[in-house]
Amino acid sequence: MSIELGHFALILAFAVATVSTIGGYMFWRRGQRVALVLSQGAVLQFVLVAAAFAALIQAFIASDFSLALAVNNSHSLKPLIYKISGVWGNHEGSMVLWILILVAFGAMVATFGRRLPSDLMTLVLATQSLLVAAFGGFTLFTSNPFARMVPPPLEGNDLNPVLQDVGLAIHPPLLYAGYVGFSICFSFAIAALISGRIDQAWARWVRPWTMLSWTFLTLGIAMGSYWAYYELGWGGWWFWDPVENASFMPWLAGTALLHSALVMEKRNALKIWTIFLSIITFSLSLLGTFLVRSGILTSVHTFASDPTRGLVILALLALVIGGAFFLFALRASSLRQGGLFAPVSREGALIVNNLFLATAVGAVLVGTLYPLLLDALVGTTISVGAPFFNLTFGALMAPLLVVLPFGPFLAWKRADVMAAAQRLMGAAALAVFLTILISALGGVSISLAPLGLLLGFWVAFGAIAELVDRSKLGRVPLGESWRRLAGLPRSAFSTAIAHFGMGVTVLGIVATSAWETELVTTLNPGETAELSGYSIAFDSFSQTAAQNYVADEGHFTITGPDGKTRPMIAERRTYVATGTPTTEAAIETYGFSQLYLQLGEPLDDTHVLRVWFKPYITLIWLGALLMAGAGFLSLTDRRMRIGVPKRVAHAAAEPAE
Amino acid sequence: MSMPAAIRKKGWSRKQKRLAVIAGLAMVVALAATLVLVALRDQIVFFYSPSDVIARDVAPGHPIRLGGMVKDGTWTRNGQDNTFTVTDGGHDIVAHYTGILPDLFREGQGVVAEGSMTPEGGFIATNVLAKHDENYIPKEVVEALKAQGEWRPEGGQ
Repeated sequence: MSIELGHFALILAFAVATVSTIGGYMFWRRGQRVALVLSQGAVLQFVLVAAAFAALIQAFIASDFSLALAVNNSHSLKPLIYKISGVWGNHEGSMVLWILILVAFGAMVATFGRRLPSDLMTLVLATQSLLVAAFGGFTLFTSNPFARMVPPPLEGNDLNPVLQDVGLAIHPPLLYAGYVGFSICFSFAIAALISGRIDQAWARWVRPWTMLSWTFLTLGIAMGSYWAYYELGWGGWWFWDPVENASFMPWLAGTALLHSALVMEKRNALKIWTIFLSIITFSLSLLGTFLVRSGILTSVHTFASDPTRGLVILALLALVIGGAFFLFALRASSLRQGGLFAPVSREGALIVNNLFLATAVGAVLVGTLYPLLLDALVGTTISVGAPFFNLTFGALMAPLLVVLPFGPFLAWKRADVMAAAQRLMGAAALAVFLTILISALGGVSISLAPLGLLLGFWVAFGAIAELVDRSKLGRVPLGESWRRLAGLPRSAFSTAIAHFGMGVTVLGIVATSAWETELVTTLNPGETAELSGYSIAFDSFSQTAAQNYVADEGHFTITGPDGKTRPMIAERRTYVATGTPTTEAAIETYGFSQLYLQLGEPLDDTHVLRVWFKPYITLIWLGALLMAGAGFLSLTDRRMRIGVPKRVAHAAAEPAE
Repeated sequence: MSMPAAIRKKGWSRKQKRLAVIAGLAMVVALAATLVLVALRDQIVFFYSPSDVIARDVAPGHPIRLGGMVKDGTWTRNGQDNTFTVTDGGHDIVAHYTGILPDLFREGQGVVAEGSMTPEGGFIATNVLAKHDENYIPKEVVEALKAQGEWRPEGGQ
């Protein structure tokens, strides 16, 4: 019964969205009352989709195997949390989650956006409704999550064991919040193109949404990377796999959008570019969600693909993205260009940022789609792997990181590079000193590692240098510095922390790529292996059973360089329902570094052990966490609070020519 | 809003400014395009089935991806050293891999191995890929099997 109610709620949400779309686009000039109706429609869509989603969760928790989706992805013996997360561990359920987040964002605009000009509000919500109608319709007609199974089996087929992890509970919702959040920017861009009105108030509106989505996406990608790192058991944290690229491209474009929206808000320039980026970012998000699902690209991370829907998905993508760009081509020229600035200025620096980020998106896109293209045109099967991306992406990011610390030191309109360089001398000196010190201590052979370290330190210290400079630390009494620091707006801190986090991530990547050590060896209980100063003693091997799997466990005792010992347990699990084996690597953190143990399948009582020592690898994710933290901090800044005072919105509003 | 005074002082006219921006843009795009083209020429890895390897006489030492099915009864293991035969029904190639094979590596299942041919006609794998789904057969392997007329959806899947 509740399943039919959920199905009905989703159909109703689709109907409301369709009506909102048509009504919104037809009557957007009619003022406040239409906006009010659409706001209520947006909230109603949210309530309905939430009800549909709740019905699915209820069916999974109750192990209702009359629901086909639960049969295919659940099992009555599964722990509760995996029953719940199993709802979105498949194509149909994840579509409902995607739509739920979409309508949640729409409802948020409707709730927090009361002060938006009514025409803008109507157009934004109409565009959101269009997306809900399109993807809701897609879900209902091609991938109905509410399909029943007749007759219902007694037991489900279980969820893929790799997905039975807390990562599935966290990663997709965060990632989707990021992807889908950019739909707001997209809707604002479409609204601006239709109404022909775009100004600083528009940018002030779009920026918090961009910031929020970007923050979620940063967390989602970092979480996904860490999940793959510990779950797949290959010891890698980034594979340049199509799915990863698909989530990384919107992140790069979103980062560019954050910076260009800043120029637009502060200086009323880069309007057309910002609109273009808004459309591109969401288009890439759509590509990220759906290209992989279409089954055209294959990936190690895909669990929700169904190639039979490929054509429908491609048609839908072509319609939404193509339609948006068609509108852009028609209307972009009607937008008025704003403030002038010299090439050397804060605006100029942000353009450089956008230039490199956008080009990097292009390079990653080429690398991801080239195999498809070649296969379609020539019929040759190739793979574009990590070397391609490391070369092109690395070469494009390096110059960006070199100029990054200058940005915040440059004044708007026209700036002095020499003055900025002077203020960065301290950071530069510190970065060079530390790089030389580490290279000398570590005995680095000739490689790119010292250059990478230099870049990482430079970005990290350069970010802090801005705070030091603005607080006049060392030039005025300490108390005065403290007072100045406390008086800085939160946006200054969030900029510094985000850039610092970028530097930290770079350091982690460089350190782990350059100094990682690895050992593959045959090791039996009672024997000991050595790696990078750590001694790994294989104590015992045992077999245990848990709720829904049996496990081979290797018990190890690790003696670190400091002489202290720690226990580690590496497992190989076999899940009862499917008989699928998985590797549960053992990971132990020493400071910022990690020791990673993978136990191979036993053969005639001999065991193979693979051990990695990954120096400073956690910096990669800590840096991402810092960036995300900076995003949240910036959202609490007075200037960024969601909602622009009505006065400002109207005073600054200027119709296009 | 405009700053003509400031811009004139620097000696940049609006036109020059625009030119500078476009020149910078062109330079970065040209750099990126060059990089991408160079990387696409040198860094891509071709996928071959055992029959392709024999037909095209793939040079030893050149990195490739070898895909096919693991032939039944050919997987032997000595400690961390693995030997197995990759087949597409037409031809067989013996592959060696040192390390821990993926959980779902099985005889009779699809496999994609990264590595290179030896002069003796064997294959040294540096990495063996398997998706973490027991029903998974890499798309390339399906194509290769179809080409050899060995594709049996009901049996293979």
